[in-house]
Amino acid sequence: MGGSGSRLSKELLAEYQDLTFLTKQEILLGPTGSPACARAHRRFCELLPLERRSMEESLQARVSLEQIFSLPELKANPFRERICRVFSTSPARDSLSFEDFLDLLSVFSDTATPDIKSHYAFRIFDFDDDGTLNREDLSQLVNCLTGEGEDTRLSASEMKQLIDNILEESDIDRDGTINLSEFQHVISRSPDFANSFKIVL
Amino acid sequence: MASVLDVPETPEDQGREPSPYDESEMHQSFHLLIQEQSQGAAEEGLELQPQAPGAGAAGASAGNQQALLGPEGATAHSMATLRILASMPSRTIGRSRGAIISQYYSRTVRLRRRASRPQLRGLGRSARPSLRLYDLELDSTALAEEEKRVLLVKELQGLPVAQRDHVLRGMPLSLAEKRCLREEMRSPSRRPRGRPGLLGCCSRLRYACALASHDLGLGLLSGLQALVPWHYALKRIGGQFGSSVLSYFLFLKTLLAFNALLLLPLLAFLVGVQTAFPPAPQGPVPTFTGLELLTGGGRFTDTVMYYGYYSNATLNQPCADPPDGGQCTPEAASLPYNMPLAYLFTIGAAFFITCFTLVYSMSHSFGESYRVGSALGAHAITVFCSWDHKVTQKRASRLQCDNIRTQLKELLAEWQLRRGHRSACGRLRRAAVLALVWLLCLGITLGCTVAVYTFSEHMIESPVPADREGALLALPLVVCLLNLGAPYLYRGLAALERHDSPVLEVYVAVCRNLILKMVTLGILCYHWLGRRVAALQDQCWENFVGQELYRLMVLDFIFTLLDTLCGELVWRLISERRLGWGKPEFDIARNVLELIYGQTLTWLGVLFSPLLPAVQIIKLLLLFYVKKASLLANCQAPRRPWLASHMRTVFISLLCFPCFLGAAIFLCYAVWQVKPSSLCGPFRSLDSMYEAGKVWVRRLERAGPQVSWLPWVHRYLVENTFPVYLLSALLLAVIYLNIQVVKGQRKVIRLLKEQISNEGEDKIFLINKLHSVYERKERSGAGRTQEGAAPPARPADHRAA
Repeated sequence: MGGSGSRLSKELLAEYQDLTFLTKQEILLGPTGSPACARAHRRFCELLPLERRSMEESLQARVSLEQIFSLPELKANPFRERICRVFSTSPARDSLSFEDFLDLLSVFSDTATPDIKSHYAFRIFDFDDDGTLNREDLSQLVNCLTGEGEDTRLSASEMKQLIDNILEESDIDRDGTINLSEFQHVISRSPDFANSFKIVL
Repeated sequence: MASVLDVPETPEDQGREPSPYDESEMHQSFHLLIQEQSQGAAEEGLELQPQAPGAGAAGASAGNQQALLGPEGATAHSMATLRILASMPSRTIGRSRGAIISQYYSRTVRLRRRASRPQLRGLGRSARPSLRLYDLELDSTALAEEEKRVLLVKELQGLPVAQRDHVLRGMPLSLAEKRCLREEMRSPSRRPRGRPGLLGCCSRLRYACALASHDLGLGLLSGLQALVPWHYALKRIGGQFGSSVLSYFLFLKTLLAFNALLLLPLLAFLVGVQTAFPPAPQGPVPTFTGLELLTGGGRFTDTVMYYGYYSNATLNQPCADPPDGGQCTPEAASLPYNMPLAYLFTIGAAFFITCFTLVYSMSHSFGESYRVGSALGAHAITVFCSWDHKVTQKRASRLQCDNIRTQLKELLAEWQLRRGHRSACGRLRRAAVLALVWLLCLGITLGCTVAVYTFSEHMIESPVPADREGALLALPLVVCLLNLGAPYLYRGLAALERHDSPVLEVYVAVCRNLILKMVTLGILCYHWLGRRVAALQDQCWENFVGQELYRLMVLDFIFTLLDTLCGELVWRLISERRLGWGKPEFDIARNVLELIYGQTLTWLGVLFSPLLPAVQIIKLLLLFYVKKASLLANCQAPRRPWLASHMRTVFISLLCFPCFLGAAIFLCYAVWQVKPSSLCGPFRSLDSMYEAGKVWVRRLERAGPQVSWLPWVHRYLVENTFPVYLLSALLLAVIYLNIQVVKGQRKVIRLLKEQISNEGEDKIFLINKLHSVYERKERSGAGRTQEGAAPPARPADHRAA
């Protein structure tokens, strides 16, 4: 895709390999499979307009959230907006650069540690960005999980009961909110989390 | 920037050195101090420097706080309180860069100082507040972010390079920040102050070795799996159906790897060598008709595929025994190859490698999937961990939403039910129904077993003539039909009983099907080794058993294809057109059991047909494509919640325990106890297959002790039973110790939870006290602006925890 200008240089590739979790497994695919960083760069360049697809420009360019949402891997994910906001480093948090995109793929890759996955999962679920999951965060989370429409949501009493149960099970210090350590403690009890918190490009 | 709460010294603290041993008195006086402070604060007015919101991604969120709900209810805290709360360490770690850097700094320090005790200086914040910390800073290690960063870089420079990269990769910072840290680390202005001495070197070496071996293991495993280029197919399946259906295909890939591992030594040491030195042909070679592909006989009988083809002599001998007793001149560079010995040892080594890999794989996935106390917290785990981000199609995503909603409702209903007590009568009734259903299922199993037994006896009574080889397919046909029909009966019976949890239903169904299959195979093994050996004394019975297993495998494959066709394609056509039910579900449990059954057949037959793993590999490859096509065209994802990692553990354990163990027992019995036939095969002149090994060891013994230590090992460790008892006793002791350790850990976890909830109560108490202090301040401030009409009121509510 694109001319030779859209290929990543070897030094840059090596640096990305050292700093992210990508490519350790993909590199074993040998000549048939390209390293995941190069694949990610190709996909990212596809989102940019034609005139900005050279290597220098693509590393500086930023892509708006709507365009990221058009990626097939994120299109059907109800958390796509939160994911993009968490990884975005722009001041208004409404666009992703290529390195933000790599960060996203790295955290969601196969070899990322459960520690870092649970850290970012916490930030994604923290809808109001206050550092804890309070009742509103949890209720918004459950609504995301159960579906978009009005008829697919849980009733108010079920929601209250569910959130009470969740807090009962995970809020160890009984302050009414779940902070990062409590969240990570709950996650550590589920070995399926690392497996389901994956996006494959 | 930290907030500093200026507390003026009270007179009673002057001139006294508090010691940590009078902690109880300290607490008492601290309580008094707080009370006096709250009075003093209202009169003198407190200075508070407004807290800047945490650096990094948080933005102005602290200002937009919603009301903090305490455990009692609905009071809204003032902005000042909220600002302080927003800077609490437990909240900033989730969002601010400075907090992350400081957390990783302390982790790195702990990594380097693993052997030594933590210094007392670092305990300031976590210890109980003592009056040593007069200036009650809210953040006692109040370093700015820049200083923290410099400290972190210094610590990282002290680590070995591999560990440094590992730590850097695992930090939840953005790529640009990690690059900055790396740049700073690269400019070493001075030598890293690594810990000199043996301990630091050893731990560094150990860590490097552990990382290297972990990487190597990961690389090998993924290399083995990456050899088969199904990456996009699996991604598509995962995207459309989720992780649970994907686990079936991943298990198929694992089985392919196992079979390849089994086949390689056999190809190298048996098939290859025997093909290079073919024996003299026994008789006229029959022509190839298509029936051989089904029955395995005919043209295939006298080939490298079966046991009977292998010679019982030493191949490539430098000289044959000269008849006149003269000396023989050895040819140049020829290696004699003792075929019987090679046969025995290769099969043994292949089984041993498979056993080792299976047990390692099982223990690894068990270690990953079992957690202490994982049965608790189902609601939280469902909400936090059940969304599968691999799903990429809109329809599948909606289905996942439906599944999760159903699961949450079921969890809530189950929780309600468990709260309400059930009557003894209801429990007794449920137990009776359960017992009845189990009895019926076991009865069906017994019926199938008796059917197979009588049919096999009938086949022995009336032997099949040589030209009607197709009739040999009758017994495998009966077995396959029973294996196909009985699970439907089980499913019908299972509709009678109602389990509390849907996962238990699946496990029970898997159990019943497995019992049926294992019992049927057991009867067949008895039939072969017990009755066929006696019936075929003057023929090559090993070839016959190998062919029977080949027939079973092929027919099993054909029935699987038919089942896929009828069960999925035809069902979908019927249910969509006529009944309007939607697509059928992909039955994971039944499909996995079929895979396990096929693998058991392979392991049973390896001794008698060394090329059987190759047949299994071809079968698995074809099965992958057929199942994938049928899945994508005809099925939908299962509605039941499936814990993929638990399932993987269950599959591998089922593969190991009944199946591999049974195959190993069968192999051992055939090698040790059964007399090989005298007409064919590498052991035709011996009393048992194991004797080939014994003969060799005796020969080594006669040659003298300086030739080899093997006879000694054989006499004292293999033939002697004492070492086996000793090893078993040691193993039992180790298992018992591990159980005790786990029990102890559970106790510690419970104690720590209690301690944390006590700390939480302290926190609530302090938050409320803070709130009341600021409330009074605001009220007194407001009162003062209204010309100080009323005197400052006493604190109205003491919300002591």
